[in-house]
Formats: sequence, structure tokens, C-alpha cells
Amino acid sequence: MGKDKAKLKMAIYWGAACGGCCVSVLDIHETLFTVIEHADLVFWPIALDTKYSDVEEMPDQSIDITLFNGAVRNSENEHMARVLRQKSRLLIAYGSCAHMGGIPGLANFSNKEAIFRRVYEESESTVNPDKIRPLEEVMVAEGTLHLPHFYNDVMTLDQVVDVDYYLPGCPPQSERLVEVFLAVVNGTELPPKGSVVGASSLVQCDECKRKKSEKKDIKRFYRPWEVVDDGETCLNEQGILCLGPATRGGCGVRCVVGNAPCRGCYGPLDDISDFGGKMMSVIASMLEGKEEAEIEEAIETVVDPAGTFYRYSLPGSKLRRKQL
Amino acid sequence: MKQISIDPITRLEGHGKIEIFCTDDGDVENVYFQVPELRGFEKFCEGRPIEEVSQIVTKICGVCPGCHHMAAGKAADMVFGVEPTTAAKKIRELFYSAHFVHSHIAHFYALAAPDFVVGPTAPKADRNILGVIAKVGKEIGTEVIKQRRKAQEIQALLGGHQTHVVLNIPGGVRKGLKEEDRRDIVEKAKGFVEFSKFSMKIFNDVVLGNKEYLDIILNGPYSLKIHSMGLVDEKNRVNFYDGKVRVVDTEGKELYKYSPVEYRDFVAERVEPWSYLKFPYLKKIGWKGFIDGQDSGVYHATPLSRLNAADGMATPVAQEEYERMFATLGGKPVHATLAMHWARLVELIYAAERCLELAEDPEITSPDLRTKIEKTPTEGVGIVEAQRGTLTHHYWTDERGIITKANLIVGTTNNHAAICMSLKKAAQGLIKKGVTVDDGILNMVEMAFRAYDPCFSCATHHLPGDMPLVVNFRNTSGDLIRTISR
Ligand code: SF4
Ligand code: SF4
Repeated sequence: MGKDKAKLKMAIYWGAACGGCCVSVLDIHETLFTVIEHADLVFWPIALDTKYSDVEEMPDQSIDITLFNGAVRNSENEHMARVLRQKSRLLIAYGSCAHMGGIPGLANFSNKEAIFRRVYEESESTVNPDKIRPLEEVMVAEGTLHLPHFYNDVMTLDQVVDVDYYLPGCPPQSERLVEVFLAVVNGTELPPKGSVVGASSLVQCDECKRKKSEKKDIKRFYRPWEVVDDGETCLNEQGILCLGPATRGGCGVRCVVGNAPCRGCYGPLDDISDFGGKMMSVIASMLEGKEEAEIEEAIETVVDPAGTFYRYSLPGSKLRRKQL
Repeated sequence: MKQISIDPITRLEGHGKIEIFCTDDGDVENVYFQVPELRGFEKFCEGRPIEEVSQIVTKICGVCPGCHHMAAGKAADMVFGVEPTTAAKKIRELFYSAHFVHSHIAHFYALAAPDFVVGPTAPKADRNILGVIAKVGKEIGTEVIKQRRKAQEIQALLGGHQTHVVLNIPGGVRKGLKEEDRRDIVEKAKGFVEFSKFSMKIFNDVVLGNKEYLDIILNGPYSLKIHSMGLVDEKNRVNFYDGKVRVVDTEGKELYKYSPVEYRDFVAERVEPWSYLKFPYLKKIGWKGFIDGQDSGVYHATPLSRLNAADGMATPVAQEEYERMFATLGGKPVHATLAMHWARLVELIYAAERCLELAEDPEITSPDLRTKIEKTPTEGVGIVEAQRGTLTHHYWTDERGIITKANLIVGTTNNHAAICMSLKKAAQGLIKKGVTVDDGILNMVEMAFRAYDPCFSCATHHLPGDMPLVVNFRNTSGDLIRTISR
């Protein structure tokens, strides 16, 4: 199988990421042997010996698929995003961070100065009377050392380069990756450029097995530790805020299966332009027929709304960052 | 002065870089290990509800997400002043044992084994997991993948999401264990025990049975005399999930034993302008620079340091192997950096045995999963052993439980100074006047940090495994003289 066909050339690279996306590649388990049969990995810094300079020397468009995971947090991430765009036929934003900014994107609630001050000066275990901070260029006794430039904002991959497809998830479910990979291998016609692949076109709630009723009559929201989840009824109906109604399906409602509310790592569904706006209207519909004051009161019980609605998507949202 | 840049080696939560400075004669003058990345979780956890944090911080590291989940989860319990139920604690530890099984298997086979099974100076193309499989046979390779998969399946079962788990809730866990699932875990855990013993046998036959390798471990440039840190139970035995942090000095004498809340009395962090990662040290001794020895403030937090800091293991086979290791290596404490691989296998056996023990505990299926929360939230510290070192999470909240401050000392961070020093020693021992710096030499330099299984070696967990490496020789004015890459 695949012996006669030219093997695909594939690259995997990370920007500001946790490594979970790379683990999701490993989590295809025994299928890994199939992948290796159809594709040569030409660049995967965590596993292969290809260097940045080798990639720079590759002909343009010579890599068939690049899975770029991680957000763009510093100058090194941005540089590699540009190089890989030039070298790749298909550039896929792989995982929530590349797609929407992800958890590292929560840093856009703050800025570089505040982060540096907290980490290097104020941290309770740090002893730094001279207020030393990492520098992009520093002279040491033996010579000069360099560090990448730390940006004020976290950016999504498509805020830096042109992206062909988005494969969402934090991390993407491994089976979805295999499906997309096999589609490319088999030459299946791909959806229009800019599409989300490897996910559903319905919201989480459509896959969720929890019992839902038409009668939406909640009075307030609870913190998960304030109530005992019955393990069966829709979390929102129990007053535990769940982003399922706004979130694209495809993960198998993983978190809800673990009895935790969805936090939206698969991103909003296509026709939902804004997570926050959508969730506010979901909440309003759950409070149907209530007086304005009651609605206000109920909405007040949602803690950290911005940090919850934009948990994975702040840099990629209309807000992009908190204005400081 | 010549400058050799190794850029990029891979990650600590991203990326890592080594700069070696040589005299014009070719001797190593100094080595800098730089971490060029920062994400600032400490800052952006502010404003988030405390119960969300154990899910947010798993994203510090996708390789050891379970460790951050546990440390933050324990800190959140303390924020509310609540003790989880015994069943909840057992479920957490069961999950955690499986987490260690998956990580230690991956490290040994994908990262450590290529250097020993294939050979430290073998051709680079073979020095990876595929080379290991070629040497030991595909059957064993498939078995490795299978055992790791089973460990991941246990994590997904208990934690919902297989990577970024959602198990913990303040006061306990979100999900209990059904009897049929328990029985399934028992079977899996029996497999882990057998497989971990088998892995130790491979290590005995291939590594210890080879005079040359044993010599590298014991007499190579890989020894660093520093203090040892590790979490211990009430009998001073190794524990990953709970207990007190014990620190022993370079002679093996107990220096401190502290509760998580006291961590700031014992550990402090230093900032250097050339790395985004801080340098923790023993506060009472103080920062004395990048030096080893009894007077140094530098410690390590690794499988070897955990074994050094403890009096033994809590399960039978692991205890036997613990005794055998120290007997073979000349008693406690051991300072041979490469013995970390051996210690990691002792821990693998312990994690497997503990996983089985917990799965066989009748209380594990109890539906008593959560302790009710009644107190006003304030402040909490959670400490666990991550595979890569003692992990400390500390949160302060307002009276609603919204985080006002967060402070984290992450596993690998503990070892930042130690890794710098190990790399310098290895480079000084290997790169010398008259020695041609080739791929084999560079790999042997890398072996010094690989032993720590630092987080930037997520490479551990992937096929096929070799670290990217390019070394640029520059003259004093910065012109490129020669590039070696592999
Ligand atoms: S809101 Fe959440 S719990 Fe309810 S149906 Fe949707 S995904 Fe399931
Ligand atoms: S349930 Fe929601 S947050 Fe959890 S994995 Fe699925 S999309 Fe992501």
C-alpha cells in the first residue's frame, strides 16, 4: 500500500503551545505506522533533526502539509510561521492556539509589562532586588546572548500568515486528525480554503447525551462546586454554565463526558460570529418570560464572563485583547 | 573566543537553546542554557474563578497536564479549606499513577533507549525510536505503544478528556469509577507491572550488561554533586501525589522536610537576563552561583533525586529494585546524572504497582466523591511530584474565589541551574583542544540534559526521536566558520 505513490511530505511545528497538540499526534497510537507509510516527516523539531536553516533551504511549496500548532507569542514564532507558509502547500492551523489564540491568548487580558513585572519582580518566591529582566540581547563575560522578542499581544496564526484550513481542538481529537490525513492521502476533494476541517457542522449539544427539556427555567447560575451535578441533565439546565450551545462539535463532548462544562475549545460554529454575543443570547433564552430585573440578577451570577466566553478565543475574537 | 550555538534543541514548554563558548584553543570556557519562551500563566490566571484553574493550567504542558491538574486541584481544595473524601483522593492517585506510567514509558523507549540500545555515537539516522525497534524487534515496539495507549485510556476514562483532564473539582472529583471499569483497570495495571519489570530487564541486559555503557554512566563527564529534592510519605517513602517535600544534602543527610504551605521558606528563584526561565535554589543556603558541592544552593528534582531524598519505595518490587540500584552504584546518594534513567524505571515499577494496588482497593468505587464546601475561599498551595520535578502551585483568591494572585514553580524549572551545569561539565569533558566536534560528541553533550527528561524534551513522546541540532562555530567577530548539523 502506498509503495508506488509518492509519499507526502509533512511538517509539524509549534509556536506558543503546550505540547498537547504533538501528543495528540502520538495518540493515534498504532495508526502511527500507517501515517509513516504514507508520509515522510520532514520537519518536527521535537522528534527530528531538521533545523531551521534546513527548512529555509527547502524549495517553496515543497512541503505538502504543515500542521502548525501554538499561538504567535514572540518573534521566533512569527518568523517560523512565515517560513513555513512559504514552504508549504497546505498550512493547517492545528489546535485552538493556532486557530484562535487558545489558553496562551488569555494573556491578552494583560500585557507584556504586567506579565514581566509579575513573573520577574512580584512573584512571592522570586528574589530579584536589582529588578533584572530577560533581555533580547545581553553581554556576558564570554560574548553576547540573544532571546526572541516577546510581543505585547498574543496572535492567532492567521493574523500573521495566510492559513488554508483550521483543525480545531485543545488538542484536536486524534481520530479527527487521522480522517483529515487520510482524505489528503486519498486525494479526496477538500472543502473551500479557509474551512474548519476535522470537526462537526453542529454544536456540542447535538452530540451531548445529557437530557434536555424544552422548559428552560433557570433562576441563576451556580459555580460547579456549589451544586451537585446529577450526571444526567443538561448542565445549563442545572444552572452550570456550559458553552456547548455555541461550540462546534467534533470532540465527542469530552469535558461533559467527564462531568465538566464545555469551555469552547473547538471554537464557535460558522454562523456564530462571536462567542460572547451568542452565549448572552443563549442565557437570555434560558430566562425567557422573566422580568428585566430578574434577568439582570441572573446574569450577574455568571462569574468572569469574558474569561469564560473567550476562554480559548480572545486573540481571534472581535475583542482581540482587553484595552488597558 | 568561539561561540557554538545549539539552536534549537527543543522545548521547555516550547523551545530551548544552548550557547557554548570556547577558547581559541578549543577548550570550553562556559555554557549557557537558555529558555527563549515565556507565556505568563501567573499573570493571566488572575481574574479566573479558582475552580477553573485546574483546567486552565493543564495547558502549561500537554505532556504532563495531569501534574498541573493535580497541583492546582490540591491548591483549590486548600483555598476552600476542604479535604477531599478518601475515595476521591484514591481516584486522583489512581489517575496519577497511570499518568506516570504513560510518561515514563515514553521517556525510556523514545528518548533514553536510543542512546543506549542503539548507541550514543551510532549514526544519527538510527538513533531514534525506530532504531530501537529495529534493534529489539517490532513486537516490542508495538507493545510499547500498546501499554502507553492503555495508560492514556485510563486517564480518559477518569478525566473525560484524555489529555487536558477535567477530573478535579474543589473537594473531590467529578466522576466516580464503575465496577466494570475498575475490573478493566485491574487488568491493564497487571499488564503495566509486567511491562515495567520487562523494561527493567532490558535496561539490565542492554545497558548494565555493557561494560562501556556502565563506564559512561559511572565515569563519564556526567556527575553533578548537588542536593536532592523529593516528595515523601509519612514513612519517608517516595510518593507522587501527596506528602512533604524532603531535601537531602550531597552526603545524603536530611536538610529540610517541609509542608507545601512552607515552600517559600525553603525555595527561592533567581532571574538571569539571558533566559526567560527563572533559577530556583535552596533559600536557606542562598544562591552561590552555578557551582556544585555541599555549599551550593543548587538542587535537583528528578527521579534520581526523589530516590536519593527518600528512604525507600512503598511497593515491593520497586523496593527491591531501589535497593539493587543503590547497592550497585555504591550507596546513597547517587550523583551520576545518567543514573536518572535507572531511577525512572524504578519509579515506573512503583507507578504500575501503585496503579494496581489502588484499582484493587474496594473503596475506589465508592460514590462518596466530594466534600461539601462551606468555608470562604482564601489561599492555597498544592504540591505534587511531576515526572520532571517537584511542582508547586500557589493561589490567592478574593472572598468569591476569584484568583487575585498566582505563583508557580514548575517541574523542570527546579532543574534549570542543574541542567546548565550538567551541560557545561559534559561539554568540558567532551569538547577539547584537538577533539573534532562531530555528531557523536554533540549527542553525548545532549545526553546530559536528556537524562533530566526536561519538559523541552517532549521529544520523548514522539516518533522518530532525535533532537534537532545545529552547531555554528563563529569567530570572535561573529563570522561563521563552520556548521555541523544532524
Ligand atoms: S449545554 Fe452542555 S450539557 Fe447541555 S446539552 Fe449542550 S453540551 Fe450538553
Ligand atoms: S467539551 Fe468543549 S472544551 Fe471540552 S474538548 Fe470538547 S469543545 Fe473542547
